Amino acid sequence: MSDQLAIELVGVDKRFGQVHANKDIHLKVRKGSIHGIVGENGAGKSTLMSILYGFYHADSGEIRVDGKPVSIPSSQAAIALGIGMVHQHFMLVENFTVLENVILGAEGGALLAGGVSRARAELKRLAADYDLKVDPDALIEDLPVGLQQRVEILKALFRSADILILDEPTGVLTPAEADHLFRILRVLRDEGKTVLLITHKLREIMAVTDEVSVMRRGEIVATRQTSKTSMGELAELMVGRRVLLEVEKGPPQPGRPVLTVENLTVRDTRGVDVVRNVSLEVRAGEIVGIAGVSGNGQSELLEAIAGIRAVTSGIVTVDGTRVDLARAGTDPAAMRGLGLAHVPEDRHRMGLVTRFPECENAILGYHRDPTYGRGPFLDFDRIRNAAKTEIEKYDIRPADCMLKTANFSGGNQQKIVLAREIERDPVILLVGQPTRGVDIGAIEFIHKRIVALRDAGKGVLLVSVELDEIRALADRVLVMFDGQVVGERAPETAESELGLLMAGASGQEAAE
Amino acid sequence: MFETLIFVLDSTARLSTPLLLAALAGLYSERSGIFDIGLEGKMLGAAFAAGTAAALSGSAWTGLGAGILVSVALALVHGFACITNRGNQIVSGVAINFLAMGLTALLGQAWFGQGGRTPSVTGDARFGDVTWPFAAELRDVPVIGGLYSELLSGHNILVYAAFLAVPFSWWVLYRTRFGLRLRAVGENPGAVDTAGISVTWLRYRAVICTGILCGFAGTYLSIGQSASFIANMTAGKGFIALAALIFAKWKPVPVMFACLLFGFLDAVAIRLQGQQVPGIGEVPVQAIQALPYILTVVLLAGFIGKAVPPRAGGTAYVKERS
Repeated sequence: MSDQLAIELVGVDKRFGQVHANKDIHLKVRKGSIHGIVGENGAGKSTLMSILYGFYHADSGEIRVDGKPVSIPSSQAAIALGIGMVHQHFMLVENFTVLENVILGAEGGALLAGGVSRARAELKRLAADYDLKVDPDALIEDLPVGLQQRVEILKALFRSADILILDEPTGVLTPAEADHLFRILRVLRDEGKTVLLITHKLREIMAVTDEVSVMRRGEIVATRQTSKTSMGELAELMVGRRVLLEVEKGPPQPGRPVLTVENLTVRDTRGVDVVRNVSLEVRAGEIVGIAGVSGNGQSELLEAIAGIRAVTSGIVTVDGTRVDLARAGTDPAAMRGLGLAHVPEDRHRMGLVTRFPECENAILGYHRDPTYGRGPFLDFDRIRNAAKTEIEKYDIRPADCMLKTANFSGGNQQKIVLAREIERDPVILLVGQPTRGVDIGAIEFIHKRIVALRDAGKGVLLVSVELDEIRALADRVLVMFDGQVVGERAPETAESELGLLMAGASGQEAAE
Repeated sequence: MFETLIFVLDSTARLSTPLLLAALAGLYSERSGIFDIGLEGKMLGAAFAAGTAAALSGSAWTGLGAGILVSVALALVHGFACITNRGNQIVSGVAINFLAMGLTALLGQAWFGQGGRTPSVTGDARFGDVTWPFAAELRDVPVIGGLYSELLSGHNILVYAAFLAVPFSWWVLYRTRFGLRLRAVGENPGAVDTAGISVTWLRYRAVICTGILCGFAGTYLSIGQSASFIANMTAGKGFIALAALIFAKWKPVPVMFACLLFGFLDAVAIRLQGQQVPGIGEVPVQAIQALPYILTVVLLAGFIGKAVPPRAGGTAYVKERS
């Protein structure tokens, strides 16, 4: 790390209409360092990086690259200045090969032939130099996300980027893939590249960065040397108050079984068994966590139990009532009637109608409840009053039950769903990815709510790809791999052992 | 029997040509992510412009130029609505179809007073048939004579242009920088934008390509295949071309085979008119004429497997606002 600055921002300011996304940003990024930018969702991190990459223009302020003031009117200009970006949602063409994606925009001539062979050679060199091996002729859609991300990094390096911006790069990665990414980033730094890492995960900041800047509500509130700060301090800076990173919970007091699943098998449209013969039990007063790398059948399992997805076989017993899912077909309302509530993984696709106002979403699925109307008619006074109560109880902001749900932040949207499901007083709650895309402050709140539900003697089945979350919340951990439950462990089990189970190692291998 | 086959194949080539040109036209636009159900309208506009210009100037090439010009202008309207103003691509396409249908009939009647027709043209004002060398000499040689002199020789230049446009489009799409970017922008415009390429300009170039090829298609109808423009002479060919494009999964070479299939059915339908079919008797003209359309529905309804359109097709590109 040298004293030279790769990037300097002086008084950068950006507004989107009413929203002041970036306020008077001053930032110094040293050449050859890994600089973290951390902040909650909506703190303005992504906007700032988009300004650096020429996607947006700052309203005022100056950007200096290698000490020289520059203007970055377009992505092309950013690329010319040696700035490369790995976007949170990969900017890859899925049915193109790796090679085609890499050369897109840097083809080196009107005909492809020459550029392709040069790119092939260059990719080989980069793969060797930076430990970035990818088959150049593989189609992107056939690659796991970890490799897709590598292609994004290769794209930037192929354009000879010296400054690499990574926007929430680990959101889609397994712990092992994330570790590999960090190794690559360190290699890049040691080769003299500058890395800007944007994330909301403090553990990553601590693991890989040299310096870290914290953003809150559009401002940079602090810059620290990573070695001289702590997760606690950073969390406090991010949220603006002290936060509990650990979930406070007492020992569980499991009672009678409230959810039993026997021999559940789900076949997807391709004819593949995505859930294979899964049996499990959740007792009253305990949280059972299902850990696993995304795509190993957890989502389908949850949907099948909730009655949303058709199964090939499987019997579910909710609070003493047996339901043969294969015979009953998909009937979420019936499952709900038995006292089963479901917070779906993807709140935008299944949990909410984001174009509806908050109060309508607050009764979605329970709209036939006689509390909210008579016959086919809805009683909006009552609906609004119920919504207002939930808003207050769950601290949903802004406190406006007529506001379009799309205008709430991710954390508040999640609270809307959670409030709706928990307030119906279920005997068993299914929760998928409760804190995906949710701010630290809201995570704390949501975790507390889930634990409170457990302490009230309800059962909770939790699916999350965040191992930390599983370990913090669950009283028992089931690990799913390739559609099967491959092991049950206590939440205190070492992360490495759980990680190995998640990657398909046998129980014995994992324990060693 | 052989003669009948050659006859049917010969008219297949003629009847496929406008479909092929229009389907290839649609390929450029749709591969870039701009759905275009306005192929019909652009063809019709071009057919009218070509018929008018050829009649006035006496030159088929001037006719072609006018056809292309009008078709490109309509394509740019579609581009302006869908690319610049992010309008709904289907609505814009429908609007262009209606605009072309109404305007050509109206202007045709106002200018020439022949019920929407343009004056008939002959000689240099039409694209005449090109006779290949030795076609006359080889005519009487068995098999080869039929193939060479009847099937290959004796079409007008636009027919050859249409079939040459197939390998050319393939080459553009898969072997040039423009093609790579075109395919990319239809799949993930974000990838193109972040690579420092203008999505807007790229898509405009794509719809211009569409305009040019539709210009050829329309011109072929009025002064290649026929000798004048007739009101609504496209008669749904733009939609059949669109069906062929989907049937062929947006790929140039399969597009050619799809168009040949539709052309062949048309040719068979013409051949069968008034003929006795063994066991059935005389098939009603209407039933035969409906054959290509019925096949379109049947094929599109499920015989082609899953046709996955370009992933970004139909949606305007808006930079993500974080």
